[in-house]
Amino acid sequence: MNIYDLIFYLFAALTLISAFFVVTNKNIVHSAFYLLFTFFGVAGIYVLLGADFVAIVQLIVYVGGILILLLFGVMLTNKITNVEIKTGTINIFSATIGVGLFAGVLLAAVLYAPWKVTLLQEPVSTTGILGNLLMNEYVLVFELLGIILLIALIGAASIARR
Amino acid sequence: MIYNFFYNLFGSEIIAGFISAALPLLIFILPFALIAVLLERKVAGHMQDRLGPMRVGYHGILQTIADIIKLLQKEDIIARENDKLLFNIAPILVFAGSYAAFAAIPFTSAYIGANIDLGIFYIIAVTGLVVAGILMAGWASNNKYSLLGAMRSAAQIVSYEIPTILVVLTLVMFTGTTNLMTLSENQTALFWNWNIFGGPELSLAKFLLIPFMIIAFLIIYISTLAEVNRTPFDIPEAESELVSGYHTEYSGMKFAMFFLAEYANMFAVSAIVSALFFGGYHSPFGYLGNTLDIQWLIPVEQFFWFTFKGVFFVFVQMWLRWTLPRLRVDQLMTASWKYLIPIAFVNLLIVGIITLI
Repeated sequence: MNIYDLIFYLFAALTLISAFFVVTNKNIVHSAFYLLFTFFGVAGIYVLLGADFVAIVQLIVYVGGILILLLFGVMLTNKITNVEIKTGTINIFSATIGVGLFAGVLLAAVLYAPWKVTLLQEPVSTTGILGNLLMNEYVLVFELLGIILLIALIGAASIARR
Repeated sequence: MIYNFFYNLFGSEIIAGFISAALPLLIFILPFALIAVLLERKVAGHMQDRLGPMRVGYHGILQTIADIIKLLQKEDIIARENDKLLFNIAPILVFAGSYAAFAAIPFTSAYIGANIDLGIFYIIAVTGLVVAGILMAGWASNNKYSLLGAMRSAAQIVSYEIPTILVVLTLVMFTGTTNLMTLSENQTALFWNWNIFGGPELSLAKFLLIPFMIIAFLIIYISTLAEVNRTPFDIPEAESELVSGYHTEYSGMKFAMFFLAEYANMFAVSAIVSALFFGGYHSPFGYLGNTLDIQWLIPVEQFFWFTFKGVFFVFVQMWLRWTLPRLRVDQLMTASWKYLIPIAFVNLLIVGIITLI
């Protein structure tokens, strides 16, 4: 086990443990803050995989944008901390079947997917490659995504004006 | 390169990278904060026609050290109704966010904490931790002034991040790199090669660009001023309304960590502005080391110029703080959304068109 493995397990443990607390915590503000560490751990794993641009976009979008919005929503909602949040288990029978099926699908995907194995190598910067792909090969998808985001923005503004 | 030195010393790229990224804390941030706090009080004093601290040492130069000793031995007070876990994590998170930004700032051509290709985007990304930490501090304090201050602060930082990013985008489009090291290297030689004077290439575009580069610089300076919560944008800690905002409930070393983070942030944004527009570590008049043919002198000179530019912009921030009155919340939002963002967008387009011709 070399030092890269150690760092990987560190980030993986951070992600899993904080995600577990997000789900089980009774205090909704604490859950939101645990989510911060989950996002951070995922960003760390992206960096280890050599996807530097994705890691930084993960931090900008999720930590800088979505998490802050989430916290605003939680904090500005009146008396949200007094709401009883159910974290117990109900409908054990059907839940077991559902979770079992989902776990089976995931496990099959992990076991049978044709993983691309490469040796550990010096990571290259992916920004230029990504930009070229987005502007040449996937330009239609890229523009469509832009239009969808614009529609969402206009919709949000028009709802807020009512 | 300092990284290579550590790599040869320890033989492991991880340990070498870790130490070289952690280096700015001890050798730079702490001494800088010591000097900047004193400078702030002296500048404030002289601008208001008084002397500032005078008792400890010659003209009060040991005042900050006395203050640090006082803060170290203060009792760490946690009120009964505070959320203890979040209350203790928040100062660490805020400081970690502002400290992490230093890893991608080039101090000289020989030293940068981590020479990553996405330097400037990385800095924008880790600043998100500061917002989360501020919200955490405000909420965990269980105090309405703290919460209000944290809300205002987060809203302000999120709003002013947009013009900052638009200006950064302008520069990225113009220079074609997001690496702060390459960005600084490109602006080498004399001062008319700096980006504020239209970059190193001598052509018609260079002269057309100068007014728009000055507009871009003004926008990024105003919005980074708001991002570090300085007057005229200091409504998050407006003393006359909110006691002192999100760190009202903090005392002792935890308060000192917020303070340290604020001064570290002030220098970080000044360094970024100088790396983007004012040549980073480059000297405006050429190097003495080149004239005398002494190679090791060049990084030393570069470090001097880098610190000089950074401290100069920090001084302008202090100057503005003691000159301008505070904005109201609605004026603050108007300034960002109705003026800075549209101007930054138009500026982005114009610079793009000029770069193409």
